[in-house]
Amino acid sequence: MKSAPDAVEIAPGTHWIGALDPGLREFDIILKTANGTTYNSYCVRGSSGVAIIDTVKLSHAGEFFARLEQVARYDEISTIVLNHLEPDHSGALPELMRRAPQAKLYISTKAQLMLKALVKDTELDYTVVQTGDTVDLGERTLHFFSTPFLHWPDTQCTLVEEQGILFSGDVFGCHFCDARLFNDQVGDFRFSFEYYYQHIMRPFREHVLEALELLEPLALKLIAPAHGPILRDVPQSYVQRYRQLASPLLANEVGADNKSLLVFYISSYGNTARMAQAVAEGAETVSGVRVSLYDLQAMGDLPFVDLIEEADGIAFGSPTINGDAVKPVWDLLSSLVAIKVRDKLGAAFGSYGWSGEAINMIEDRLRGLKLRVPIKGVRARLIPTDEELGKCHDLGKQLAQHLTGTVDRRVISMSELLASSHV
Amino acid sequence: MPKANVTFEKLGITVSVPAGTRLIEISEKVGASITYGCREGECGTCMMRIVSGMEHMSERSVLEDKVLQENMAGRSDRLACQAQVLGGDIVVKA
Repeated sequence: MKSAPDAVEIAPGTHWIGALDPGLREFDIILKTANGTTYNSYCVRGSSGVAIIDTVKLSHAGEFFARLEQVARYDEISTIVLNHLEPDHSGALPELMRRAPQAKLYISTKAQLMLKALVKDTELDYTVVQTGDTVDLGERTLHFFSTPFLHWPDTQCTLVEEQGILFSGDVFGCHFCDARLFNDQVGDFRFSFEYYYQHIMRPFREHVLEALELLEPLALKLIAPAHGPILRDVPQSYVQRYRQLASPLLANEVGADNKSLLVFYISSYGNTARMAQAVAEGAETVSGVRVSLYDLQAMGDLPFVDLIEEADGIAFGSPTINGDAVKPVWDLLSSLVAIKVRDKLGAAFGSYGWSGEAINMIEDRLRGLKLRVPIKGVRARLIPTDEELGKCHDLGKQLAQHLTGTVDRRVISMSELLASSHV
Repeated sequence: MPKANVTFEKLGITVSVPAGTRLIEISEKVGASITYGCREGECGTCMMRIVSGMEHMSERSVLEDKVLQENMAGRSDRLACQAQVLGGDIVVKA
C-alpha cells in the first residue's frame, strides 16, 4: 500500500491537500469504517488568486498545512470556501485564517450560525453565497450550489467551471482511506459508498433529489468529495447511483391515489394482536387505503424501515411490560432516524396489566419524530372487551379517514385540548 | 378574553384558543407534526406555513425575522414557537 502522499495534482493547478486517518474505526458515533477515512481538502490556483476548499479535522491540521505549503504560499490565498462546517472539515479553519488573514471566507447562508458556534470569534468576516454566486480566481471560476441538508443545513457544493470539477462536500463521499486517492486506483470501496449514503444522506432523501436537479445537468469531469476516493473515472455514475438510491426503494404497488397504512404489533398473550386486527379491519372500511398488518416478533427491523419510508401512516401496538413498551418496538422506532418520517400519521394501542404506560410513551416518541399523532391511542386492560375492540376499530377507521382527507372537521377549545392531551 | 380560531388544515381540527397563545402551544397538543426544537426562536425547526389569517398573527420580532430569512422562508412562514395568535380565524398547514 502506498504511504501518505504529498499534495496530489488532481487537475492542472488543482491539488488535493487533505489528510489521511487510517486508524479511525468509528465516526460520529453512528458510522463504522473498516479502514479509516480521509479529510479531503483542495487547493485551486487561478491566474489571479488561490482558493482553499474545505479544511480538515483539527487533529490532522499539521498534515494539511504541510501539503498546502507544497503548492501555495499563505499570502497567495485569496479565497477560502467551506462547503460544510462539521468539525472534521472546519477544524483547521481558525489557524488557516490566522496564517492567511487576507483571504475571504465563503460559506452558505445557513452556515452562519454554525460558524459562530464553532469559531468563537465575533469579529470573523465572511461572505454568504448561494446558487448562482461565483468567485473569479482568474481563468478559474468557482460556482456555488446551495444543497442544504446534505447532511447538515449548511451544506453546499462548489464547481470549478473551466475544469468540470465539483467539490461536493460530504455528498458522493464515503469513509474509506486509501492513499492511492483516485477511484480507479483505490481498493473496492463500493460498500463504503453505499453505507455512507444509507446512514448519512438517506434521512434527507427529498433534499438529495432537489440537489440532484442542480447537479445532474453539470458536465462533470471529476467529483472531489470531502471524504473518501476522488471520483475521476466515470464520475457521472456516482451521480446516477445517488438518483437510484434516493428513488423509492420499493415499487409503489399501492397506486397513486391510494394511501398506505402499516399496523405493527407484538403480543404476549394475543390481546394486543386482537387489537391490531381490529385496527386493521377498521381502516379497511375506508376505501382508498391499503392496510398491512405485521407481527414485530417475527422479523428484524430492516424490512420494516424500508416499508415505513414509503408508508403514509403507521400504528404500533405494544403491551406494557414493567411500565414500558417492549424492546422490539423501541428497536424499530429508534431505527427510523435513518429515514424521513416527518408528517406521516402515527398512532399507538395495546393491552396492559395494571398501568399501561406503553401507549403514551410510543405516542411521545412518534411526536418526537415529528409524526402527526392526532388520535388518542386505545388501551385495554388484559383481554380487550368488545367495546375496546370497537374503539380499536374506530381508531383504524379514523386513521384511514385522516389519510384520505375524509375525517370529520371538528372544533374544540384549548381547555378541552389541554384536558385530553389529544383530540 | 378575546379568542382566536386556529385550524390545522391537514388534521382537520380547529382549536378555539385565548388571544396571545403561541402556535407551538397548540400544535404540540393537537398532535401536529411540529413539536421539537430549541423553542427559543433560533433553530428554525418549528417553521410553519400560514395558509390564511396572517393579519391575525403577532408581528415578527427582529429575532424571528432573522431566523426566517436564514432559513429562506417565504412571507407565509412563521416560527411556531414565536408567533402568537391575536384573534380571528387562522389556518395553518399542519
